[in-house]
Amino acid sequence: MYDNPLTKRQTLTQEVKFSARGVNVFYGDSHAIKGVDVDIEDKTVTAFIGPSGCGKSTFLRCLNRMNDTIDVCRVEGRITLDGEDIYDPRVDPVQLRARVGMVFQKPNPFPKSIYDNVAYGPKIHGMARSRAELDEIVERALRRGAIWDEVKDRLDAPGTGLSGGQQQRLCIARAVATEPEVLLMDEPCSALDPIATAQVEELIDELRQDYSVVIVTHSMQQAARVSQKTAFFHLGNLVEFGETGQIFTNPRDPRTESYITGRIG
Amino acid sequence: MTDATIPAATGATGSLLEPDARTRRRNAAEARFRLYGLIAVGIGLFFLAALMISIFMNGAGAFQQTAYTLPIEFRQDVLDKNGTGDIETIKSVKTFAYKPLIREAILREIYRLDIETPLAGAKVKGFSSDLDNLFSDGAPATLRDMVLSDPGLIGQTVTVKLIASSRVDGYLKGRVSRESIARDKNLDAVHLDLVDELRAAGVVAKGFNLAFITGPDASDARPEQAGMGVAMLGSFFMMLVVLLLSLPIGVAASIYLEEFAPKNRITDLIEVNISNLAAVPSIVFGILGLAVFIQVMHLPQSAPLVGGLVLTLMTLPTIIISTRASLKSVPPSIRDAALGVGASKMQAVFHHVLPLAMPGILTGTIIGLAQALGETAPLLLIGMVGYIASNYPDGVASGFLDPNSAMPAQIFEWAKRADPAFYERAWGGIIILLVFLMTMNIIAILLRRRFERRW
Repeated sequence: MYDNPLTKRQTLTQEVKFSARGVNVFYGDSHAIKGVDVDIEDKTVTAFIGPSGCGKSTFLRCLNRMNDTIDVCRVEGRITLDGEDIYDPRVDPVQLRARVGMVFQKPNPFPKSIYDNVAYGPKIHGMARSRAELDEIVERALRRGAIWDEVKDRLDAPGTGLSGGQQQRLCIARAVATEPEVLLMDEPCSALDPIATAQVEELIDELRQDYSVVIVTHSMQQAARVSQKTAFFHLGNLVEFGETGQIFTNPRDPRTESYITGRIG
Repeated sequence: MTDATIPAATGATGSLLEPDARTRRRNAAEARFRLYGLIAVGIGLFFLAALMISIFMNGAGAFQQTAYTLPIEFRQDVLDKNGTGDIETIKSVKTFAYKPLIREAILREIYRLDIETPLAGAKVKGFSSDLDNLFSDGAPATLRDMVLSDPGLIGQTVTVKLIASSRVDGYLKGRVSRESIARDKNLDAVHLDLVDELRAAGVVAKGFNLAFITGPDASDARPEQAGMGVAMLGSFFMMLVVLLLSLPIGVAASIYLEEFAPKNRITDLIEVNISNLAAVPSIVFGILGLAVFIQVMHLPQSAPLVGGLVLTLMTLPTIIISTRASLKSVPPSIRDAALGVGASKMQAVFHHVLPLAMPGILTGTIIGLAQALGETAPLLLIGMVGYIASNYPDGVASGFLDPNSAMPAQIFEWAKRADPAFYERAWGGIIILLVFLMTMNIIAILLRRRFERRW
C-alpha cells in the first residue's frame, strides 16, 4: 500500500454508509461540534485529523451513540446509517453498536481469557448456536485481527497479559467478531510502538475490503498512509473533507495547509 | 524558536560531595518528618499492645473454671423414697434435696484425707450448710439433671465434676484473697484453708471452661456458670438477617445509583443523605427500630430478627458507600469496551463491572457486618439486653423470634453486674468477640486476595 501514490488513491465504491447533516454537539454549555456535514463511504478508510480538542473524537463517538453514556452531552442534527436516522427515538443504541463496532484509544481487553474476549460479543448477540460455531467465529475474528498465530496456543490465557500491540489487535478482533458494517477507531495506535503501529495499519488496510473504517488519528503520516478520505477538524468545525491525496497535497483551506505543514496544532 | 534566554548560572557552584546549606535544611526536614511518623506509629502500636495485654490479662481467667472431682452417692432414700423408679416421683424431688449428697461427699473426702477443719466438726457433721458455699448453686442442679436423664444412677456411687463457687474459683485464680474475704459473709478463711488442703490432694483443680463458650447466661448468684453460647447464637441469627438483607439491598441500590440513575438534584440529595446516614449514631437507629419495628409493626421484642433489621439499617450505608467506591474504581474503559461490542448497559454492569468490583464489595460487606456484630447501643433500645438467655433456641424460627441477647450486649450486661466474677466474664466475652471480628477481617482479606489474584 505504501507504493500507492497519494494522488492516485481510489475509493472502492461511492456508496455512502454514514451521512451526517448539520450535526451539533454540546457538552453542557460548550459547543463541541459545529454544524458538521460529512458522508462516509462504504469499504473506505476515512481519517479524521485535527489538533487536540477539535472535536474529531466527539464526532466519532456520535456515530455509534457512545456519547449517550455522557449525561451532559447533547447531539443535534441528523446522522443516518444506510438512510436510517440513528438518533431516531425508536433506535436502540445496543443494536446500532452491534452494527457499528468501535476500537478505543487505549487497548481495553476485558480481564478475561483471550477466547472470552472475542466470544463475548457473538455470545450476547446470539450469533452462535453451538460451541463449535463459536470456536469458528473466534478463530475467524482472531485471524482477521492478525493475531491468531500469536495466541492460538493460549486462548485461555488472560487478554490483559498480552503486549500493548497484541492487546489492541485483540480489541480489533473483538470488534470485528460481531460482524459490524462500520469500524470506528479512536486513535488506535497512540499507545503503541512503531512496529505494533505498522501491524495495526496493515490490518486496517485489509479490513477495508469488508468494512467502512473511520479512524481518528493525531498522526498525519498515519492518515496519509492508511486513508482514502480525510476530514480535517478545527475548533469543532469540519474545515475540509476530501480525497486524502488532495488534502495532503493540495489543501483548499489555508487552515488545513497550516495544520499539515505544522504551523497550527 | 523561543525568545527566552537561558538564565546565567548564579552564585558559585559548590562541590557535589558537600551538600549546601539549603539541601541540608531540606534533608533535615525530611528526617524530622520521618521521625514524627515513626513516633505516631509507635504510639499507636503501644496503645494497641496495652489494650491487647489488658484484655488478655483480665479475660484469660474466664476460660478456666475450678471444679471438684467427687464420688457422689445417689442415695435411694433421698431421691426415690419408694424405690419404684417412677420418673414422676424422681422429678418431684427438688434441687434442694441434692445438696446433702454433695455435703456427704465432701465430708467423706475430708475424713478420707484426714483434713483438720472446723467445718467438719462434730456439731455440724453431715449438715454443715457452711460447706455448701464451697460449691456453685448450680452444682445440685447438675446432679438432678444427671439423675433425670438416667434414673439408673440412683443407688450408685459415681465420680462427678462439680463446679466450685465463684469465690473459690476466684481464690484459685488469685482474684480472692484472705484479706478480701474478711467482710464476706459467704466464705471464711477456714474455707480457704480447706480449699488449700483439697487442692493439694487434687480434689479441686482448675480446668478449661468449655461452658463459658457454649453455655447460657446465668443469674446474678451464679457467675461461675455464666456463658456466651446463647448470646453467640443470638448474634449469629442477627448477622444472618443483616447479611441476607443488607447485601442484596445495598448492592442493588449502589448499582442503580452508580450506573443507572440520572445525575440530577434528587440523586445528589440521596447520595448526600446516604453519606450522612453512615455517620448517624447507632442509638438513633435503635430508637427508629423501637418505634417502627416494635411499636408499629408489632414484631416481638428482644428478638434477633428485630435486632438484625435495626443493624441492617445501620450497615446499609457502609455497604452502599463501599460498593459505590468499588464500582467507581472499575476503569470506564471496561464499560466502553462492553458497550462498544453492543452489550446493553445491564450486561456491561453484570458481566464486566460487577465481577471486577466484587472484592471491594465483599470487603465492604464483611467490614459492615463486623461493625454490626460489635454494635451494642441499638440493641439496648429494642430490649436485646438483660438476663434473657437461659435456654438455647429450639429451632431456626425461634432462633429468629425468641428473646435473645447478643455478644456485645451480653458483655455490657456482665460488666454492669456487681460480682467481680462477672467482670472477669465480661473481659472473657470481649476476647471471644475479638476472635470473631479478627476472623471476619481475615476472611475479608483472604477473599480480596483470592479475587484479585485471578487476573
